Amino acid sequence: MGNESLYYRFDVDGENFTSAGEASVQTKRILRRVGFSPDIIKRVSIAMYEGEINMVIHACGGVVELFIEEDKIKIILTDHGPGIENIDLAMQEGYSTAPDNIRSLGFGAGMGLPNMKRYTDSMEIESKVGEGTKITMTVNV
Amino acid sequence: MTVRELVDRTGLTVLVLPDGDHEVSGVYAGDLLSWVMGRAKESQAFVTIMTNINVLAVTALLDLSCVIICEDAEVPPELIRSAEEKGINLLRSDAPEYETCVRLSSVL
Ligand SMILES: Nc1ncnc2c1ncn2[C@@H]1O[C@H](COP(=O)(O)OP(=O)(O)O)[C@@H](O)[C@H]1O
Ligand SMILES: [Mg+2]
Repeated sequence: MGNESLYYRFDVDGENFTSAGEASVQTKRILRRVGFSPDIIKRVSIAMYEGEINMVIHACGGVVELFIEEDKIKIILTDHGPGIENIDLAMQEGYSTAPDNIRSLGFGAGMGLPNMKRYTDSMEIESKVGEGTKITMTVNV
Repeated sequence: MTVRELVDRTGLTVLVLPDGDHEVSGVYAGDLLSWVMGRAKESQAFVTIMTNINVLAVTALLDLSCVIICEDAEVPPELIRSAEEKGINLLRSDAPEYETCVRLSSVL
């Protein structure tokens, strides 16, 4: 790829729970075309999918940005939702504030943020209550 | 074994089979999608009672070989249509998840 870096931006619709996952499915396609290994593709798309779902469930949508760089793939998730009050607590497996109607769809297991951390090489959460959340993840390639 | 062969040997109902030659590497059963997302492995058959559209996203992202909806749960027509579009094999079982897994285990 030389020194070029590729950039993609996806809007995540906060109203449309059923289309959540579109950014990750497209990303998967993009990464496949570039020729990354299945393991890298899987890690990036799982992490992004969980982030997308969180933006829909908890933050009324947002934006996903994908940067393909020489040595890493970077994902930035930005939303203007309610923010996360206690990040350490939110990172715990099983912790969830998702309402029952979301649980009945199979989400709200409190595994999203832990999965994102598990599948990436770095993850940083910046969040302000009442302003929103920005999550930056990288996967080394 | 391919998904098509699995269907032949277990008598599962085919809802759509656009990718019948997909090899089945094993089985993962679960209904919490984030859990499945974190644990299921490529080409496993995904046994579940969930029938919302997000099941397909998980299946596509993990390259699972098929979704098997248990307990004869009602499957929304949109799910079937979307599975066809996305090239995802969608099957149905009249048995609960446990019995379905036992049946799968006896042929795999
Ligand atoms: N983008 C976000 N905006 C606001 N809160 C969030 C966001 N993402 C996660 N959270 C909070 O962190 C908790 C844990 O998230 P996660 O591990 O993905 O579990 P789940 O989504 O199943 O609740 C959520 O229940 C929610 O309270
Ligand atoms: Mg989540």
